[in-house]
Amino acid sequence: MTHKQKILYFIYLHRTGLTVTGLSITLLLYPLYENNPYTLGLTNLIAINAIVVLGLNLFIGYAGQISLGHAAFFGLGAYGSAIATVTFEISPWPAMFLVAVIVALVALLVGIPILRLSGHYLAMATLGLSFVVHAILLQWDEVTGGPSGFSGIPYLSFGSFQFDDEIRLHYLLWGFALISLLLCLNLVRSGVGRGLSALSGDEVAAEALGVNTRNAKIKIFVLSAVLASVAGSLFAHCYSFVSPDSFDIFASTDMVIMVVIGGMGSIWGSLFGAALITLLPEWMDLFETYKDFVHGGILVVILLFLPQGLVTGLVDMVKIKLALRRQKDAAT
Amino acid sequence: MLQLEQVSKNFGGLPALSDVSFTVPKGKLTALIGPNGAGKSTLVNCVTGVLEPSSGKIYFQQQQLNNLPAHKISRLGISRTFQNLKIFPRLTVLDNILTGLTREGGDSMLLAMLRLPDLRHRERQLKLRALESLDRFGLADKANWPVGILAYGDKKRVELARATVGQPQLILLDEPVAGLNSEETAAVGQQLRLMRSSGHTMLLIEHDMDLVMDIADQVVVLDSGRCIATGTPDEIRRNPLVLEAYLGRMDATA
Repeated sequence: MTHKQKILYFIYLHRTGLTVTGLSITLLLYPLYENNPYTLGLTNLIAINAIVVLGLNLFIGYAGQISLGHAAFFGLGAYGSAIATVTFEISPWPAMFLVAVIVALVALLVGIPILRLSGHYLAMATLGLSFVVHAILLQWDEVTGGPSGFSGIPYLSFGSFQFDDEIRLHYLLWGFALISLLLCLNLVRSGVGRGLSALSGDEVAAEALGVNTRNAKIKIFVLSAVLASVAGSLFAHCYSFVSPDSFDIFASTDMVIMVVIGGMGSIWGSLFGAALITLLPEWMDLFETYKDFVHGGILVVILLFLPQGLVTGLVDMVKIKLALRRQKDAAT
Repeated sequence: MLQLEQVSKNFGGLPALSDVSFTVPKGKLTALIGPNGAGKSTLVNCVTGVLEPSSGKIYFQQQQLNNLPAHKISRLGISRTFQNLKIFPRLTVLDNILTGLTREGGDSMLLAMLRLPDLRHRERQLKLRALESLDRFGLADKANWPVGILAYGDKKRVELARATVGQPQLILLDEPVAGLNSEETAAVGQQLRLMRSSGHTMLLIEHDMDLVMDIADQVVVLDSGRCIATGTPDEIRRNPLVLEAYLGRMDATA
C-alpha cells in the first residue's frame, strides 16, 4: 500500500469516530462564531429534538416498528422534571434520573401489551397513548397547571454554575445530544443492532437467527422512551416553562416526520431530520400558520417516492448505482 | 442428534404431519424428500419452533424442543435456510452474514451502547469470520454491496453462508438449489459436500433427485404427512412405496 492509500484506508476504517470527533469540535467552536442568542436558541432546540429522534429512529428505523406516541414520553419527562423539582423540591439532576426511571417503567408497562401489535394497530395504540397523556397534562389542573402551563422550573446547575444563558445551554444540550448519538451509533454497530435490523426485515428469520424478537422490541421501545424523557427534562429546565401544547399529537407526528426525513435506520439522518424540521418555520413565515399542512405534505411526498426516507433513500440509491457500475466494469 | 418421535401437526382438522418418526445422525447428511404438499416445510417449521407440533416429541441432543421458542432453539445450535429466501435486502452482504452471528455478538444492550474494548475486539473477530465465510462462498468481492441487487443465485449463497457462519451443530436446508441452473446447483452441491466432510450435520429438503441421491447418506421420504420410507439412497431408489408416491400406482395406470 502506498502512503496515500494507507491514509484513505485509515479514514475509511475510522469513519464513524472521525465524523463524531469532527462534529464535536465544530459544536465546541460554534458559539465563538455565532453568539446571537436567538440563533443559539434554535440550535439548542435542534439538540433537544435530535435526542428524541435518535431514540425514535432506533424504534422505527432499526426495529421497523411504528410509534405515534413519543410526544407522550417527551411530555412525561418534561412534566415529571417540572413537578419533581418545583412541587417536591428534588434537585434537578436526581429528578431527571428518577423521572427517566419512571418513564422507563411506564414504557415497559405500556410496551408489553401493545408491542404484540404491529403495523396500523401499533400506530393506533401509540396514538392513543399520546392522546391519553396529553389529556392528563391538560386536565389535571392541580398537578400540571392545566392549559396555562407550568412555570418556575429551575435551571440545571453544577454548584453555582447555572445553565441559564444560550451559550451555556448550547454546551449542555449538545453534550447530551452527542452522548446519545454516540450510544446509538455504538448500539447499531453491535450484535444487538444487527438483531434489530434483522427483526425489521423479517421476524421469522430473525427468530431463526436467535433474536428474541419480543424482548428486543420491548427493550428498544423502553430505550427510546428514556431518551425522549431525558430530552423532555432538558426541555423543561431549558425554558423553565412547559405547556401541554408542546406535547400534543402534532408533536408526536412531527417527531415521526423528522425520522422519515432522516431516513429509516440512519443515525446521521436523524440529526439532519431534526435540524430541518426545527428550522423550516424560520425560513418561511407561511409555515407558522400552515405548518401542519406543510409537514403532512412533506411526509406524503417522501413516502411516495422514497419509502426508506429522504437521506437513507438517496444514500441507498447512490450505493446501488455504484455497485451496479462496478458490476458492469467487472463484466467487461 | 435430532430425533423425532411420532410428530403430528394438524392445521384445523387437516393433518399436515401424522406420526412422523426418524433420526438425523450426527455428522451425516440426511435428505428429506417427498412430493409437493407432503409436509416437508411444516416439519422444518416444527423443528425450528416456528410452529408447535400438535403431538409427538422432538429431541435435539437429548433436549426436548417442544414448547421452546424459535430463538432459544436457534441458540441451541440449529440454523436454517428458508425455501423462499429470507435475507435482509437493505443490509450489505457482509452485514447479512453478520446477522448469522447474532448469538455471539452479545445480548446486552447496555454493553453494546458502551462499546468497551473487548466488544470492539469481538466485533473485529466476528467480521473476520464473516469475511472468511464470504470467501468460502465466492462472494468476497461483493461484501459491501446491498444484497438486494445480487443475482438470485448469489442471494441463495448469502443465505447459505449466513446459516453456516455461526458453526451450528445442525443445519436445516429448505430447498437450497430451487430455482438455480445446473451449474449453480453443482456449485451448491460441491459446497454441501465440503460441509459434510468437515463434519457438519445437515437435514436437506430438496426436490432435485440427482443432487439428493448423489450426496445424501440417508434419505427420508414423506408422503401426505406420513413417513413412508427411510434408508440409503440406493434402498430408496428401489422402494416400491416411494415409486408409488412419486409416480402413482403401477397397476392403476397399467
